Amino acid sequence: MEIGLSHYLSVSAVIFTIGMIGIFLNRKNILIILMSIELILLAVNINFVAFSQHLDDLMGQVFALFVLTVAAAEAAIGLAILVVFFRNKGSIAVEDVSSMKG
Amino acid sequence: MIASALFFYLFSGVAIASSLMVISSRNPVHSVLFLILTFVNAAGLFIMAGAEFLGLLLIVVYVGAVAVLFLFVVMMLDVDFAELRQGYLQYLPIGLFVGIVLLVELLAVVGSWVVAPAVENTTSQPIPDVAETRNIEALGNILYTDYIFFFQIAGIILLVAMIGAIVLTLHHKPNVRRQNINEQVARDPKTAIRNVKIRSGEGL
Repeated sequence: MEIGLSHYLSVSAVIFTIGMIGIFLNRKNILIILMSIELILLAVNINFVAFSQHLDDLMGQVFALFVLTVAAAEAAIGLAILVVFFRNKGSIAVEDVSSMKG
Repeated sequence: MIASALFFYLFSGVAIASSLMVISSRNPVHSVLFLILTFVNAAGLFIMAGAEFLGLLLIVVYVGAVAVLFLFVVMMLDVDFAELRQGYLQYLPIGLFVGIVLLVELLAVVGSWVVAPAVENTTSQPIPDVAETRNIEALGNILYTDYIFFFQIAGIILLVAMIGAIVLTLHHKPNVRRQNINEQVARDPKTAIRNVKIRSGEGL
Protein backbone atom coordinates (compact mmCIF):
# COMPACT_ATOMS: atom_id res chain seq x y z
CA MET A 1 0.00 0.00 0.00
CA GLU A 2 1.73 3.12 -1.25
CA ILE A 3 1.28 6.28 0.80
CA GLY A 4 0.88 9.02 -1.78
CA LEU A 5 -0.09 12.63 -2.12
CA SER A 6 -3.81 12.01 -1.72
CA HIS A 7 -3.31 10.41 1.69
CA TYR A 8 -1.56 13.49 3.00
CA LEU A 9 -4.12 15.79 1.41
CA SER A 10 -6.96 13.82 3.01
CA VAL A 11 -5.40 14.08 6.47
CA SER A 12 -4.87 17.78 5.94
CA ALA A 13 -8.48 18.22 4.77
CA VAL A 14 -9.78 16.44 7.88
CA ILE A 15 -7.65 18.55 10.23
CA PHE A 16 -8.67 21.73 8.39
CA THR A 17 -12.33 20.80 8.80
CA ILE A 18 -11.88 20.02 12.48
CA GLY A 19 -10.33 23.45 12.98
CA MET A 20 -13.22 25.02 11.11
CA ILE A 21 -15.82 23.20 13.23
CA GLY A 22 -13.88 24.20 16.34
CA ILE A 23 -14.40 27.87 15.50
CA PHE A 24 -18.13 27.26 15.15
CA LEU A 25 -18.53 25.21 18.32
CA ASN A 26 -16.45 27.34 20.67
CA ARG A 27 -17.76 30.69 19.55
CA LYS A 28 -17.57 32.14 23.03
CA ASN A 29 -14.06 31.12 23.91
CA ILE A 30 -11.32 33.07 22.15
CA LEU A 31 -8.64 30.70 23.44
CA ILE A 32 -10.11 27.68 21.69
CA ILE A 33 -10.68 29.78 18.57
CA LEU A 34 -6.98 30.65 18.52
CA MET A 35 -6.13 26.96 18.92
CA SER A 36 -8.48 26.14 16.02
CA ILE A 37 -6.65 28.68 13.88
CA GLU A 38 -3.40 26.93 14.76
CA LEU A 39 -4.96 23.65 13.61
CA ILE A 40 -6.02 25.22 10.32
CA LEU A 41 -2.53 26.58 9.70
CA LEU A 42 -1.09 23.16 10.52
CA ALA A 43 -3.35 21.63 7.87
CA VAL A 44 -2.08 24.19 5.36
CA ASN A 45 1.49 23.26 6.25
CA ILE A 46 0.80 19.57 5.76
CA ASN A 47 -0.51 20.45 2.31
CA PHE A 48 2.62 22.40 1.44
CA VAL A 49 4.95 19.64 2.61
CA ALA A 50 2.96 16.94 0.80
CA PHE A 51 3.10 18.87 -2.47
CA SER A 52 6.77 19.60 -1.93
CA GLN A 53 7.43 15.86 -1.68
CA HIS A 54 5.18 14.96 -4.58
CA LEU A 55 6.48 17.57 -7.02
CA ASP A 56 10.07 17.13 -5.82
CA ASP A 57 10.29 20.88 -5.23
CA LEU A 58 11.88 22.39 -2.13
CA MET A 59 9.92 25.61 -2.53
CA GLY A 60 6.94 24.12 -0.68
CA GLN A 61 9.05 23.56 2.41
CA VAL A 62 10.39 27.11 2.27
CA PHE A 63 6.84 28.41 2.10
CA ALA A 64 5.77 26.16 4.97
CA LEU A 65 8.61 27.69 7.00
CA PHE A 66 7.20 31.17 6.40
CA VAL A 67 3.69 30.03 7.26
CA LEU A 68 5.11 28.68 10.51
CA THR A 69 6.71 32.07 11.21
CA VAL A 70 3.50 33.97 10.63
CA ALA A 71 1.54 31.46 12.72
CA ALA A 72 3.90 31.91 15.65
CA ALA A 73 3.70 35.70 15.39
CA GLU A 74 -0.08 35.54 15.17
CA ALA A 75 -0.31 33.34 18.26
CA ALA A 76 1.91 35.70 20.25
CA ILE A 77 -0.03 38.83 19.26
CA GLY A 78 -3.39 37.12 19.69
CA LEU A 79 -2.58 35.93 23.18
CA ALA A 80 -1.21 39.37 24.10
CA ILE A 81 -4.46 40.99 22.97
CA LEU A 82 -6.36 38.35 24.92
CA VAL A 83 -4.43 39.12 28.11
CA VAL A 84 -5.01 42.87 27.74
CA PHE A 85 -8.69 42.28 27.04
CA PHE A 86 -9.03 40.05 30.09
CA ARG A 87 -7.29 42.68 32.23
CA ASN A 88 -9.78 45.33 31.12
CA LYS A 89 -13.01 43.34 31.04
CA GLY A 90 -12.44 40.40 33.36
CA SER A 91 -13.67 37.90 30.82
CA ILE A 92 -12.65 36.43 27.49
CA ALA A 93 -16.14 35.96 26.04
CA VAL A 94 -16.36 36.92 22.40
CA GLU A 95 -19.63 38.81 22.87
CA ASP A 96 -17.99 41.31 25.19
CA VAL A 97 -15.52 42.26 22.47
CA SER A 98 -18.19 44.23 20.64
CA SER A 99 -18.11 46.81 23.44
CA MET A 100 -14.61 47.77 22.28
CA LYS A 101 -15.82 49.49 19.15
CA GLY A 102 -15.79 53.25 18.88
CA MET B 1 6.64 -0.35 2.80
CA ILE B 2 4.11 -1.89 5.16
CA ALA B 3 5.87 -0.31 8.11
CA SER B 4 5.80 3.16 6.57
CA ALA B 5 2.09 2.80 5.79
CA LEU B 6 1.43 1.69 9.36
CA PHE B 7 3.37 4.66 10.72
CA PHE B 8 1.49 7.00 8.42
CA TYR B 9 -1.85 5.72 9.70
CA LEU B 10 -0.63 5.83 13.28
CA PHE B 11 0.55 9.45 13.02
CA SER B 12 -2.44 10.69 11.05
CA GLY B 13 -4.93 8.79 13.20
CA VAL B 14 -3.55 10.14 16.45
CA ALA B 15 -3.27 13.64 14.94
CA ILE B 16 -6.91 13.64 13.85
CA ALA B 17 -8.18 12.13 17.10
CA SER B 18 -6.26 14.60 19.24
CA SER B 19 -7.31 17.57 17.12
CA LEU B 20 -10.91 16.44 17.68
CA MET B 21 -10.17 16.47 21.39
CA VAL B 22 -8.74 19.99 21.11
CA ILE B 23 -12.07 21.40 20.06
CA SER B 24 -14.29 19.18 22.23
CA SER B 25 -12.41 18.98 25.50
CA ARG B 26 -14.06 20.59 28.53
CA ASN B 27 -10.92 21.85 30.14
CA PRO B 28 -8.80 24.28 28.07
CA VAL B 29 -5.64 22.91 29.68
CA HIS B 30 -6.50 19.53 28.19
CA SER B 31 -7.14 21.28 24.87
CA VAL B 32 -3.61 22.69 24.91
CA LEU B 33 -2.11 19.33 25.79
CA PHE B 34 -4.02 17.68 22.94
CA LEU B 35 -2.81 20.48 20.66
CA ILE B 36 0.75 19.50 21.61
CA LEU B 37 -0.04 15.86 20.77
CA THR B 38 -1.45 16.94 17.41
CA PHE B 39 1.69 18.90 16.59
CA VAL B 40 4.02 16.08 17.60
CA ASN B 41 2.16 13.66 15.33
CA ALA B 42 2.11 16.19 12.50
CA ALA B 43 5.86 16.47 12.96
CA GLY B 44 6.01 12.71 12.44
CA LEU B 45 4.03 13.13 9.21
CA PHE B 46 6.41 15.88 8.07
CA ILE B 47 9.42 13.68 8.70
CA MET B 48 7.78 10.83 6.78
CA ALA B 49 7.24 13.21 3.87
CA GLY B 50 10.94 14.01 3.81
CA ALA B 51 10.76 17.44 5.46
CA GLU B 52 12.94 16.57 8.45
CA PHE B 53 13.93 20.11 9.31
CA LEU B 54 10.34 21.35 9.26
CA GLY B 55 9.25 18.40 11.39
CA LEU B 56 11.80 19.17 14.06
CA LEU B 57 11.06 22.87 13.76
CA LEU B 58 7.40 22.13 14.40
CA ILE B 59 8.33 20.42 17.65
CA VAL B 60 10.70 23.20 18.72
CA VAL B 61 8.51 26.14 17.77
CA TYR B 62 5.04 24.82 18.49
CA VAL B 63 5.53 22.39 21.35
CA GLY B 64 8.36 24.39 22.86
CA ALA B 65 7.05 27.92 22.43
CA VAL B 66 3.52 28.40 21.16
CA ALA B 67 1.82 25.61 23.13
CA VAL B 68 3.62 26.63 26.32
CA LEU B 69 2.50 30.21 25.68
CA PHE B 70 -1.08 28.97 25.40
CA LEU B 71 -0.63 26.97 28.58
CA PHE B 72 0.67 30.03 30.43
CA VAL B 73 -2.26 32.14 29.30
CA VAL B 74 -4.84 29.46 30.14
CA MET B 75 -3.45 29.07 33.62
CA MET B 76 -2.94 32.80 34.16
CA LEU B 77 -6.49 33.83 33.30
CA ASP B 78 -8.99 33.23 36.03
CA VAL B 79 -11.96 32.48 33.79
CA ASP B 80 -15.00 30.33 34.35
CA PHE B 81 -14.57 28.15 31.32
CA ALA B 82 -17.78 26.21 31.98
CA GLU B 83 -19.73 29.40 31.39
CA LEU B 84 -17.98 29.91 28.07
CA ARG B 85 -19.09 26.47 26.96
CA GLN B 86 -22.74 27.43 27.07
CA GLY B 87 -24.26 27.27 23.63
CA TYR B 88 -21.81 24.58 22.60
CA LEU B 89 -24.64 22.22 21.64
CA GLN B 90 -26.62 25.07 20.16
CA TYR B 91 -23.95 25.65 17.53
CA LEU B 92 -23.31 21.93 16.98
CA PRO B 93 -25.79 21.40 14.10
CA ILE B 94 -24.67 24.37 12.02
CA GLY B 95 -21.02 23.65 12.79
CA LEU B 96 -21.33 20.02 11.81
CA PHE B 97 -23.28 20.94 8.69
CA VAL B 98 -20.68 23.43 7.47
CA GLY B 99 -17.88 21.08 8.45
CA ILE B 100 -19.31 18.08 6.64
CA VAL B 101 -20.02 20.11 3.51
CA LEU B 102 -16.49 21.47 3.57
CA LEU B 103 -14.97 18.05 4.17
CA VAL B 104 -16.95 16.42 1.37
CA GLU B 105 -15.93 19.18 -1.02
CA LEU B 106 -12.27 18.97 -0.04
CA LEU B 107 -12.21 15.19 -0.33
CA ALA B 108 -13.99 15.34 -3.68
CA VAL B 109 -11.30 17.72 -4.92
CA VAL B 110 -8.52 15.53 -3.51
CA GLY B 111 -10.02 12.40 -5.05
CA SER B 112 -10.67 13.70 -8.52
CA TRP B 113 -7.68 15.95 -8.94
CA VAL B 114 -4.55 15.08 -10.94
CA VAL B 115 -1.30 16.95 -11.50
CA ALA B 116 -1.03 18.44 -14.96
CA PRO B 117 1.81 16.74 -16.87
CA ALA B 118 3.48 20.07 -17.65
CA VAL B 119 3.93 20.80 -13.94
CA GLU B 120 6.84 18.36 -13.76
CA ASN B 121 8.89 20.76 -15.88
CA THR B 122 8.22 23.86 -13.79
CA THR B 123 10.05 22.78 -10.65
CA SER B 124 11.79 25.86 -9.30
CA GLN B 125 13.96 24.30 -6.59
CA PRO B 126 14.46 20.57 -7.20
CA ILE B 127 15.10 18.56 -4.03
CA PRO B 128 18.70 17.29 -4.22
CA ASP B 129 19.56 13.66 -3.60
CA VAL B 130 19.26 12.92 0.11
CA ALA B 131 22.41 10.83 0.07
CA GLU B 132 24.47 13.85 -0.98
CA THR B 133 22.67 16.83 0.53
CA ARG B 134 20.61 16.53 3.66
CA ASN B 135 17.25 18.26 3.94
CA ILE B 136 18.41 20.98 6.32
CA GLU B 137 21.45 21.68 4.16
CA ALA B 138 19.39 21.91 0.99
CA LEU B 139 16.87 24.18 2.71
CA GLY B 140 19.64 26.42 4.03
CA ASN B 141 21.27 26.57 0.62
CA ILE B 142 18.25 28.18 -0.97
CA LEU B 143 16.90 30.02 2.08
CA TYR B 144 20.06 32.07 2.57
CA THR B 145 20.64 32.77 -1.13
CA ASP B 146 17.58 32.96 -3.36
CA TYR B 147 15.08 33.72 -0.62
CA ILE B 148 17.19 35.85 1.67
CA PHE B 149 14.80 38.82 1.45
CA PHE B 150 11.83 36.68 2.43
CA PHE B 151 13.88 35.28 5.25
CA GLN B 152 14.69 38.78 6.48
CA ILE B 153 11.04 39.78 6.21
CA ALA B 154 10.09 36.75 8.30
CA GLY B 155 12.58 37.94 10.90
CA ILE B 156 11.06 41.42 10.86
CA ILE B 157 7.59 39.92 11.31
CA LEU B 158 8.78 38.05 14.37
CA LEU B 159 10.45 41.20 15.72
CA VAL B 160 7.27 43.21 15.25
CA ALA B 161 5.27 40.45 16.94
CA MET B 162 7.65 40.41 19.88
CA ILE B 163 7.62 44.19 20.32
CA GLY B 164 3.85 44.27 19.86
CA ALA B 165 3.27 41.61 22.48
CA ILE B 166 5.54 43.39 24.96
CA VAL B 167 3.97 46.80 24.33
CA LEU B 168 0.48 45.37 24.70
CA THR B 169 1.00 43.46 27.92
CA LEU B 170 3.50 45.66 29.75
CA HIS B 171 1.72 47.95 32.12
CA HIS B 172 2.96 50.01 35.02
CA LYS B 173 0.86 49.94 38.12
CA PRO B 174 0.40 53.29 39.80
CA ASN B 175 1.63 53.59 43.39
CA VAL B 176 4.65 51.47 42.70
CA ARG B 177 7.95 53.23 43.32
CA ARG B 178 10.35 52.49 40.51
CA GLN B 179 13.99 53.18 40.03
CA ASN B 180 14.60 56.37 38.05
CA ILE B 181 18.04 55.95 36.65
CA ASN B 182 18.28 59.45 35.17
CA GLU B 183 17.50 61.00 38.50
CA GLN B 184 20.06 58.85 40.22
CA VAL B 185 22.78 59.62 37.72
CA ALA B 186 22.05 63.35 37.84
CA ARG B 187 22.66 63.56 41.57
CA ASP B 188 25.68 65.55 42.69
CA PRO B 189 27.06 66.34 46.12
CA LYS B 190 25.69 69.89 46.07
CA THR B 191 22.07 68.85 46.01
CA ALA B 192 22.38 65.46 47.63
CA ILE B 193 24.14 66.44 50.84
CA ARG B 194 22.81 68.94 53.31
CA ASN B 195 24.78 70.16 56.29
CA VAL B 196 22.74 70.81 59.39
CA LYS B 197 24.02 72.39 62.51
CA ILE B 198 22.46 70.92 65.57
CA ARG B 199 22.71 72.62 68.83
CA SER B 200 23.49 70.33 71.69
CA GLY B 201 20.52 69.26 73.73
CA GLU B 202 17.85 70.22 71.20
CA GLY B 203 17.76 67.55 68.54
CA LEU B 204 16.78 68.03 64.96
